[in-house]
Amino acid sequence: MKKTLAILLAAVMVLTLFAGCGNKDDQANVIKIGVFEPASGDNGAGGKQETLGIQYAHSVAPTVEIGGVTYDIQLEIVDNESSNDKAATAANTLINAGCSIVLGSYGSGVSIAASDIFGNAQIPVIGITCTNPQVTEGNEHYFRICFLDPFQGTVLANFAKEELGVTKAYCLAKMGDDYSTGLVNYFKEAFEGLGGTVVSQTFPDGTSDFTSYITTAQNEGCGVFFSPVSTEAAANIVEQANAQGMTMPILAGDTWDSNVVLQAAEGTANNIYITTFFDEGDTAQAAVDFVSGCKTYINGNAEAKTNNNGDDTIAAVTAMGYDAYFVALEALKAAADPTDPVAINEVLWDVNYDGVTGNIQFDEIGDAIRNVAYIKKVNTTDAVWEFVAVQSVQ
Amino acid sequence: MDKKTQKRIIIDILLVIALFAGLYVMEKTLPRNSMVFPVLKKGAIYALLAVSMNLLNGFTGLFSLGQAGFMLLGAYTYAILTIPVQSRASVYQYYDGGALTFALPPWLALILAGVVAALFASLIGFAVLRLKSDYLAIATLGFAEIIRAFVQWEAMGPITNGSNVLRKFPYFRSVLVPFAVVGICIFVIVLLLNSSYGRAFKAIRDDEVAAEAMGINLFKHKQMAFVISSFFAGVGGALFAMFNTTVIASTFKSSLTYEILLIVVLGGIGSVSGSVMASFLYVAASEWWLRFLDEPLFIGAFQVPLLKSGFRKVVFSVIIMVVVLFYREGMMGKNELSWEFIKDRLGKLKNKLKNIGKKKVKAEAENE
Amino acid sequence: MEFSKFLPYILSGVSVGGQYALMAIGYTMVYGILRLINFAHGDIFMSAGLIMVYLATWLPIYVAMPLTIAITVAIGFLVERIAYKPLREAPRMSIMISAIGVSYFIQNFALYLTGGLTKQYPEIPFISRTVEIFGQRTKMVTVITPFLTLFLVIALVTLIKKTKVGMAMRAVSRDFETSRLMGIKINSVISVTFIIGTFLAAVGSMLYFTNYTGVSTISGSMPGLKAFVAAVFGGIGSIPGAVIGAFVIGICENIIKGLGWTTFSDAFTFALLIVILIFKPNGIFGEANTDKV
Repeated sequence: MKKTLAILLAAVMVLTLFAGCGNKDDQANVIKIGVFEPASGDNGAGGKQETLGIQYAHSVAPTVEIGGVTYDIQLEIVDNESSNDKAATAANTLINAGCSIVLGSYGSGVSIAASDIFGNAQIPVIGITCTNPQVTEGNEHYFRICFLDPFQGTVLANFAKEELGVTKAYCLAKMGDDYSTGLVNYFKEAFEGLGGTVVSQTFPDGTSDFTSYITTAQNEGCGVFFSPVSTEAAANIVEQANAQGMTMPILAGDTWDSNVVLQAAEGTANNIYITTFFDEGDTAQAAVDFVSGCKTYINGNAEAKTNNNGDDTIAAVTAMGYDAYFVALEALKAAADPTDPVAINEVLWDVNYDGVTGNIQFDEIGDAIRNVAYIKKVNTTDAVWEFVAVQSVQ
Repeated sequence: MDKKTQKRIIIDILLVIALFAGLYVMEKTLPRNSMVFPVLKKGAIYALLAVSMNLLNGFTGLFSLGQAGFMLLGAYTYAILTIPVQSRASVYQYYDGGALTFALPPWLALILAGVVAALFASLIGFAVLRLKSDYLAIATLGFAEIIRAFVQWEAMGPITNGSNVLRKFPYFRSVLVPFAVVGICIFVIVLLLNSSYGRAFKAIRDDEVAAEAMGINLFKHKQMAFVISSFFAGVGGALFAMFNTTVIASTFKSSLTYEILLIVVLGGIGSVSGSVMASFLYVAASEWWLRFLDEPLFIGAFQVPLLKSGFRKVVFSVIIMVVVLFYREGMMGKNELSWEFIKDRLGKLKNKLKNIGKKKVKAEAENE
Repeated sequence: MEFSKFLPYILSGVSVGGQYALMAIGYTMVYGILRLINFAHGDIFMSAGLIMVYLATWLPIYVAMPLTIAITVAIGFLVERIAYKPLREAPRMSIMISAIGVSYFIQNFALYLTGGLTKQYPEIPFISRTVEIFGQRTKMVTVITPFLTLFLVIALVTLIKKTKVGMAMRAVSRDFETSRLMGIKINSVISVTFIIGTFLAAVGSMLYFTNYTGVSTISGSMPGLKAFVAAVFGGIGSIPGAVIGAFVIGICENIIKGLGWTTFSDAFTFALLIVILIFKPNGIFGEANTDKV
């Protein structure tokens, strides 16, 4: 018994050694794009939907023609486990694989954590939905195609004050989550600037009991429940708010734009408003084509459907992932050498691309020049998003 | 000192020099982005963490699960003290640049990281070291969680940046730095273990009552092992922070302690060299060699079943359970890797081969 | 703060306390007999949640519920047989490491199975319904939990006091070696202990996840640790002690949140644990035990 086990173990070890050395097939006309996204942990659900957009984009354009040469694009996908300490080695895996450019990540914390590692290897990264300002600040290699938290916070504060007519807001952030605490902070600044007051609390990770937080919000007489948190916590909050008969509207940021929230909110009496990057009902031709094409892709691929939480609702992060892939292709086309990360980094500053989520250009920090956010509301009877308004800030 | 030991010391020193020379050559020749380097760095850091945990769990017999807490203290101390003054405004953006207006050199902060962890350990030690084995485990686990909540407290914000990430502190780029620091630390631990204190620790592990009867001051020695182990856990935590380039409290959960504990078990509870080897093996396998288990693999049109995201960790936990259940000694048991050990093992192997050969001859003879 | 504003916190506390209690019994019984902190207990609690999620997608809920309990109990039984039984003669540290290993395995396996996504717990009719109590809306399960918990505890205590198996369990927890010499089948007693413990954890998971509907791979670890602290608080080995400890922890934790100290809601549990260990290591209801050399 013991001997067989020992032999088996040894065999596994030897096999892995071979695997470690084996998969280094360097073909001439292959460009590798790294996908640095969480597939597990707190942001697993969102990360998978973002990856889905990239994969769909890859299925639409698996090759790119540059200067008369056709290059195959290969996606290198790695799971950063939504965790700062796993982010470092995950990033190194992509660097080791020889990626020319990297896309990701969902969640600002891991993006900040891996930033220096990509920077030291001189590989450019396009952040897709990491909205915290610290991601791109003070470096030359991190770009991003979404709007920022100070903007999003202001939009949300304006919406709460003016459209919902609220003067006291309850804010709930997750401890140790840069996205969550950051956005709450910017919301607070903006909301207090408008003359409102804020009650702010945080919850430790692993929390699934939000009843006490909801009670506090009710006791304090707040008019809106603002909680920009991961979808995992969101589903619990929606469910428990409904059970406790919370009547105040729930307000959240882009992370809530997910069918996880829709499914949790179905049949409840909640009023949920969110800001986001993209609206599925957008009537622009590019967006319409994207939505129908992506739905076909999801429905034709069982794994994609599972990763999209079992239905074909298109999350905004999927659309952003799709755009990020094409922004990367634009940069590859413009670069002097499409396999050289440094050359790609140089031309990224000048990329000008019309994506399904709008025009994408980078400013001098590396952030997309965007001043528009969509506000959507959950229709709880049909479990779909309803378009409310397009909001911008001067 | 007789001739033999002298010779051996010289060989050991030469080996260490060869190791560093080898690493240096590797850095100069291998591609800069090779996965070898992060694996070596992380492996070295985990080696220190595992050895420091082993000092407590394996050599003194105190089952403590507070490793992550002491690592956190070390990591935070290092990060807080070394973030350059001009970067503080952007790191402590929600706390007006934080409370500190100076930055220390990294080497000093690295030592202080250990000192802070050790100080906390000496405070905690008074309370928990009297507890029995499993109560001690759960109490140290609890302390680690309390420390984690404490640094995330809003009121601590100007110092710890609340629950937000700390970054922009100096970190190493060359693989030689962690190897040097870890090497020195482990060397000190080995010296300690071979001193009379080390023998007292082992006596406590083997039989507390007998050790006390022999005149060993139980509390003093337990406290000493606890504080020293925490010191190195703090230094290890600071190195870990440098490796990750950022520090955030949510990294230091009990699962991190378990990870280190499992390395200790793999290497052998009570073996320094076992812990070191297991660390490198564990890090290389989990971060590099076994990554392919997470991706669907096609051989021709045939998709290898089971392989998908998360399979790597399942394989890992199965290996660990097999070791825990069937190879309780781990790789090394209580032995150390030394010339004698290798000679001994080789001799055993030779005997085995000889026996097999003899049996064969015998069987053949019988057949005839 | 007036009472009506405080009531919801207490309601939540009583409810979650009852759910901790059902888990704490598993800890306290196993510890009583094997002197083992069963680190995997919280993860078995979580896997009960996941099993329910998967079963309920293709079976009617009334079939899925008993089946979930049956499978969970089988898992609990197998864990003991595979991971703990072979180590019965080994040092105590080994068996604890084995428990940590099992916990690691269950979490990773769940991660593999779910792909890291949080699963929504199915609605169980009747207890998922919303009710109004003292003018506060909450789920039916909040009201039911304490009563169900008390009922199960009374049933269990009767079992231990009145039946032959119960007598054997008491004997084994008093003196492992002697009861073996007396002809008690130690292994079957231990198996029964694990079966009862996991049964209660499975019931507890149904109540817990009906309230907090997301099941993720780490859903079990925090409640597990808290339930263990509850067991220590009440005096490990004592079933009524564990139950009271669980209610105390559940209620205190929610009151702390109500006072605005949310950062420390988890840390409080551990602080309580350490205070108890230092000043009253045998807990509130525990018997003084002497260490045998």
